[in-house]
Amino acid sequence: MAGAVETARAQLYASVGRRKLLDRLFVLLGMCILFAALLTLAVLFLNLVHDGAGRFGWDFFTSFPSRIATRAGILSAWVGTSLVMLVTVAVAMPMGVAAAIYLEEYAPKNWVTAIIEINVTNLAGVPSIIYGLLALGLFVYKMSLGESIATAGLTLALLILPIVIVATREALRAVPRSIREAAYALGATQWEVTAHHVLPYSTGGILTGMIIGLSRAIGETAPIITIGALAFIAFLPTPPLSGDFPYVNFTWLSDSFTVMPIQMFNWVSRPDPAFQVNAAAAGAILLGMTLLMNGVAIYVRYRFRKKINW
Amino acid sequence: MKLNNIFAAGSLAVLVAAAVPGIASAADATIKVDGSSTVFPITEAVAEEFQISKRGKVHVTVGIAGTGGGFKKFCRGETDISDASRPITAAEMAACAQAGIKYIELPIAYDALTVVVNPKATWVDQITIAELNKMWSPAAQGVVTQWNQVNSKWPAAKLKLYGPGNDSGTFDYFTEAVNGKQKSSRGDYTASEDDNVLVQGVEADANAMAYFGYAYYAANSSKMKALKVVNSAGQAVLPSEAAVLDGSYNPFSRPLFIYVNAESAKKPDVREFVEFYLTKGASFVKEVKYVPFKAGAYATALAHFKAGRTGTVFNGVPAVGLKVEDLLAREAK
Repeated sequence: MAGAVETARAQLYASVGRRKLLDRLFVLLGMCILFAALLTLAVLFLNLVHDGAGRFGWDFFTSFPSRIATRAGILSAWVGTSLVMLVTVAVAMPMGVAAAIYLEEYAPKNWVTAIIEINVTNLAGVPSIIYGLLALGLFVYKMSLGESIATAGLTLALLILPIVIVATREALRAVPRSIREAAYALGATQWEVTAHHVLPYSTGGILTGMIIGLSRAIGETAPIITIGALAFIAFLPTPPLSGDFPYVNFTWLSDSFTVMPIQMFNWVSRPDPAFQVNAAAAGAILLGMTLLMNGVAIYVRYRFRKKINW
Repeated sequence: MKLNNIFAAGSLAVLVAAAVPGIASAADATIKVDGSSTVFPITEAVAEEFQISKRGKVHVTVGIAGTGGGFKKFCRGETDISDASRPITAAEMAACAQAGIKYIELPIAYDALTVVVNPKATWVDQITIAELNKMWSPAAQGVVTQWNQVNSKWPAAKLKLYGPGNDSGTFDYFTEAVNGKQKSSRGDYTASEDDNVLVQGVEADANAMAYFGYAYYAANSSKMKALKVVNSAGQAVLPSEAAVLDGSYNPFSRPLFIYVNAESAKKPDVREFVEFYLTKGASFVKEVKYVPFKAGAYATALAHFKAGRTGTVFNGVPAVGLKVEDLLAREAK
């Protein structure tokens, strides 16, 4: 009798031990994969920093491109990239969030909505060059915006719109149903529920979607080349802010520009090996810009999270 | 509070949208150049120095849409100057004519198309156009795969070919010179628009052969071997500045061009830029590893520009192995 209990207990322990081992193995596997991903990024970044080491310096940020590798810098490229990203955020954020709110909170569940949803998801998989061609026809020629910062910003905004919409919807869905119901119970309208509760609580998720979208947009070359970004440009767009009234101007939107990936592409394909160093340095800086952008978004997200108490 | 931020972003977007139609017509005193990436380093150097000499009062932008892409924009009147690594084609002439765009064709430098192999390929030092044709003709696709199929003195080693992609003017010129027809080439070779990929290919593989512009060979001459090319007079000639200038490196010496919109040429800034290009350009040409013409050729080109001689001397018919002096003496059509 006692022997049977002992055996059963031993079997139970063995079974628990086995399953716990499986548990630990999965954790180990997950960590290995995570480290492999992080290691790749780290190696890539360090490699770029190592190759481009000779070029990091104030001059590199404040010089225009040049035929002489050691004299060449990324001034027009990083300014161009920053301004294009500004337009992209300004367009993609409100449009993407509005579309997602409509689809998630307001849209009736019928076949029209279903078709829209499927297509939004499909759009996320369209190759970027297609967006470039669309933009060339629509923005450059039809709307005659020309080969400008506005065109590039709008193109990249279109490109990341599906990503923003999908991520925003996920974030809205994560808000507990009880929050909505509590607000309705207090007599809030649907707009009030959305604006006062759902949206603030999902800001973290929305920002995450925005980061993913912008990280993709900042490295795009193909659509930007299609709409006619330039390889050599040794002057800056009109500054968006000025000392005179009305302090803000929009002429920079119509200025020609170049962006970091194009500058890198141009340097990589030069015969003189000295330009490869420049390309590596520019690559490290582009990665740095992406990380900086992500860092800002993570900080904002953290601030928002702290304010939420359910 | 949070929502206000979102509204602020929204109203910014509306502002952007409202401002956009108004800005499209903003005037700019910018000289726009686009076109061949082969010519780009020269134009970039000239633009850089020109802007310095004008103390930033005149802006020059240079794009790399490729020779064909550049002409598309040029014939729509979007650019003032088009960089071209080959003469304008009949189709492009028609497009320009239809849009009423007249242009001045100006040769600006020579490039020497260079055929290279790995330094370990000791069996080959020179090559004839006939042999190149055997390797690169469309008929060779899938058939000619070994070195000894081209020349029985060469080993039975696998023939690995590298070349530029078919958007490139270099590709157009090489196929015209070797296969007698532009863009007619075998397709089963490693193609890349980035010539450094071709350089790496030849560097890594003892059985590889590639062709590209001289500048890429000059920058990597320690890692590869340029082949002598047997010219029309039967001499085997290595690519060099002297051989290009005396015309003995044929048919692979090719002139590079800029095409200036005749209407733009009336603007003082554009005028000054082109004159700067033709008078001061030679030293920059050398710096970026191309071969400048003899001084006389630039003087003749400048005279043509000043006289406003529009049209092309090629009339849409591609030609190989031309010397710039002959080309400048031709009548433009």
